[in-house]
Amino acid sequence: MNALAIFTTVFLIAGLFFFIAGTIGLLRFPDLHSRLHALTKADNIGLGLVAVALMPQAPSIFLAVKLGLIWLFVLLASAAVSQLTARSALGHRAQLGSGETNDPGPV
Amino acid sequence: MTSALLFAFSGVAVIAIGLFGLIGRWRIERRVIAFNLVGSGMFLLFGAVAARRAGVDADPVPQAMIITGIVVAFSATALFVALIERLVAETGRSTLPEDTPDEDA
Amino acid sequence: MTPVLFDAGLCVLILGVALASVIVREAFAAIAFFIVYGLLVAIAWTRLDAVDVALAEVAIGAGLTGALFVGAMSRIAQAAEAQAAPRRHPERLAVVGALLLCGGAGAALIFTVLQLPEVAVSLASLAEANLALTGVTNKVTAVLINFRGYDTLLESVVLLVALIGVWSATPDRFWGGPPGLQLAMTQDSVLGFFGAILPPVGFVVGAYLIWIGSSAPGGAFQGGTVWAAMLLLAVLAGLIDPPLVSKRSLRFGLVLGPALFLAIGIAGIFRGSFLGLDPPIAKTLTLAIEVGLAVSIAATLALLVIGKPRRAA
Repeated sequence: MNALAIFTTVFLIAGLFFFIAGTIGLLRFPDLHSRLHALTKADNIGLGLVAVALMPQAPSIFLAVKLGLIWLFVLLASAAVSQLTARSALGHRAQLGSGETNDPGPV
Repeated sequence: MTSALLFAFSGVAVIAIGLFGLIGRWRIERRVIAFNLVGSGMFLLFGAVAARRAGVDADPVPQAMIITGIVVAFSATALFVALIERLVAETGRSTLPEDTPDEDA
Repeated sequence: MTPVLFDAGLCVLILGVALASVIVREAFAAIAFFIVYGLLVAIAWTRLDAVDVALAEVAIGAGLTGALFVGAMSRIAQAAEAQAAPRRHPERLAVVGALLLCGGAGAALIFTVLQLPEVAVSLASLAEANLALTGVTNKVTAVLINFRGYDTLLESVVLLVALIGVWSATPDRFWGGPPGLQLAMTQDSVLGFFGAILPPVGFVVGAYLIWIGSSAPGGAFQGGTVWAAMLLLAVLAGLIDPPLVSKRSLRFGLVLGPALFLAIGIAGIFRGSFLGLDPPIAKTLTLAIEVGLAVSIAATLALLVIGKPRRAA
């Protein structure tokens, strides 16, 4: 394995670690705001590390910049959505799984 | 087992899952989601079968048909949703009368 | 070896998420799973060398459909608050019967797939041979607008018909009013900020997708959907009031695509065949059709998600 592959692998594993941490947080934290907190770790750092890992593999500088742009747009989107979700939850004191739209379903 | 065949079987499985949801959910808005799954599974099946080709180039005709299908499925879903909202506005419930169990006193 | 392993993992994920979307109790969780399902299927399309389809799936199938569902679920939850959830679970027999039915249907389909020839009959070589006559180099765009323009023309009309259907569900007293609910924009709001910043960027991205559709994956549907998303963002942020349903300019924008396509098609009769695009000017005509379609698609898709009029003019 050459240096490039090692670089990519290391950063991919680092990004994966943050995604796993974010997912565990999503599943285990008690309420909406702490879960959002965990999710932003996955989105921001996790995706950033994955993007950095893939940049050297891109065939041209332009494509590497595009990868960075993708990360930037995801940052913007997740920031906006997190703000909106947190504020609206604060207003309604909603928790996930409120049971409003419950439906026993087939199983 | 080639990739295309794998995706074709997945498409079939998604159709079966969507069918199960279409039959099994009480509320109509959940059935719309299942209906979308059935459609998407069909597209996956179609596209995967068409991908089992001899040459290097992908066959563009099925791809164009699937794009058309995705757009049409979305419009059907939007119409479906508008009708559900009207049903809820009129009757106050989003289950069909024949599905709603008898009210306990 | 490794590509098949990746595809196998992807298929397992797709099935798991689809199953979750059907089985989970909370409606919003089901929608979240459905959107993720759309994203995973888009990756599957890329693995099948269908990048245009992947773009369309992620934009329309995952994005717009998800937005449509979220809006619908919240409105239905508000309106049906008093609805008692059916407390009783379906009988064991009914569930087993449904499982058998679905399993049987799935098995029949798998059997059919296995009967199909190993190598699919492909029209790729035919499309490749005639590509020079179309003026574009993206085969899927050539098929959509040129070779099978009839399908696309009818599809654009189907979009309009769906919109008319959605508007038909309007109660009489609201007819002629602006679609959707009145959304107030508060100053310094996050949504207001993004609603002001993102649409210009999205407009350029959508225009690029339409333009590049002639030579690379993209096209009218993908670009038009990005435009629709920007329109939706501006409306949701309260920055634009959706125009009255009865407004002429809105209706003109809605029919622009199909009408232009139809006009070019009829003009083609004098040169040979209905919807025949003359090879020397085919690229110009294709681009004109795509821009017209994109405008109509943007307006129609945005209006389909916003919904029917809910307040009087």
